[in-house]
Amino acid sequence: MGKIRPIQKYSYYQKTAHGGFIATKLNYAIGWGRKFSIFHYPFITACCGMEYMSAACAHWDFDRFGVGMTTFSPRQSDLLFVVGTISHKEAPVLKTVYDQMVEPNWVIACGACAVSGGIYDNYAVVQGIDRIIPVDVYIPGCPPRPETILNALLKLQDKIQKQKQDLRWNIVKE
Amino acid sequence: MEHRQRIEEQLKKQFDEKIRSVTTDLGDIVIQVQKESVAEVLGFLKHKPQDYSMLLDLTCVDNKGKKPRFEMVYHIFSLSKNHRLRIKCRVPEQDLKVESLCSLWKNANWLEREVYDMFGIQFSGHPDLRRLFMYHGFEGYPLRKDYPLRKRQPKIRLRK
Repeated sequence: MGKIRPIQKYSYYQKTAHGGFIATKLNYAIGWGRKFSIFHYPFITACCGMEYMSAACAHWDFDRFGVGMTTFSPRQSDLLFVVGTISHKEAPVLKTVYDQMVEPNWVIACGACAVSGGIYDNYAVVQGIDRIIPVDVYIPGCPPRPETILNALLKLQDKIQKQKQDLRWNIVKE
Repeated sequence: MEHRQRIEEQLKKQFDEKIRSVTTDLGDIVIQVQKESVAEVLGFLKHKPQDYSMLLDLTCVDNKGKKPRFEMVYHIFSLSKNHRLRIKCRVPEQDLKVESLCSLWKNANWLEREVYDMFGIQFSGHPDLRRLFMYHGFEGYPLRKDYPLRKRQPKIRLRK
């Protein structure tokens, strides 16, 4: 039996961080936190939904970037994922869902129909969901490739990181 | 051909003047019927021994500029004979009333609501003649040829 070496308790980084500090900006830190904890609510009405499913599930799995936790209540989600054609008959439903979301929230229009009405330039279809609610990122394509959806989500993360954060829910003024 | 003659004979015997013509078009037998007796003729064809018991589709055509303007088209199918018939009737713009088929076929209910919604044909005897695709308060009939191409009727106020 040789001499037993003591187990090193802390790593080098833990030792140096002990009692230390991180220099950052509050705005940046909150943005960093928010961009990796996006819960999205899928509002799926048409064929782009198939592409959404492959992008959201195991095939492409956009949750590996921290953007893909699916919730099925708009009240518990940060991101409204509008996928597919929105008709004038459906517009009040979409507006209600959007109004139910707590702030801060973001909206993605996925696919040509949600972006601009697509090929349906007629009496029944809303010419882009930005006629009803504000949109942060537009994803073109009919339907979009999963890579395009992933790229859009990374762009949204960038946007959340850089934007001026809404601090109403984090800091209570005395 | 033989089959067509048999059907023509049968219908002429039963309805006489009410059958305008029996022709063949695109592989189907087409029967032109007077507007007032559509339900009567279809009822006759539905029951045995004719046995065209299935209503495949029911729709309308807008021939704007021609008289009469509209034309109703019914497709019925016989499961026992494996045979299909097309029944047509002309509907003038001044008198849009057509008899409803809801008492013969249950699926005629929504099909007729669709035709009412898109073309404005009035089905007399329909239990619940409301719009099907468009919403309450929508003005005009969008599949008519004279509905303005760019006319929009949003249900809620748009942002811009």
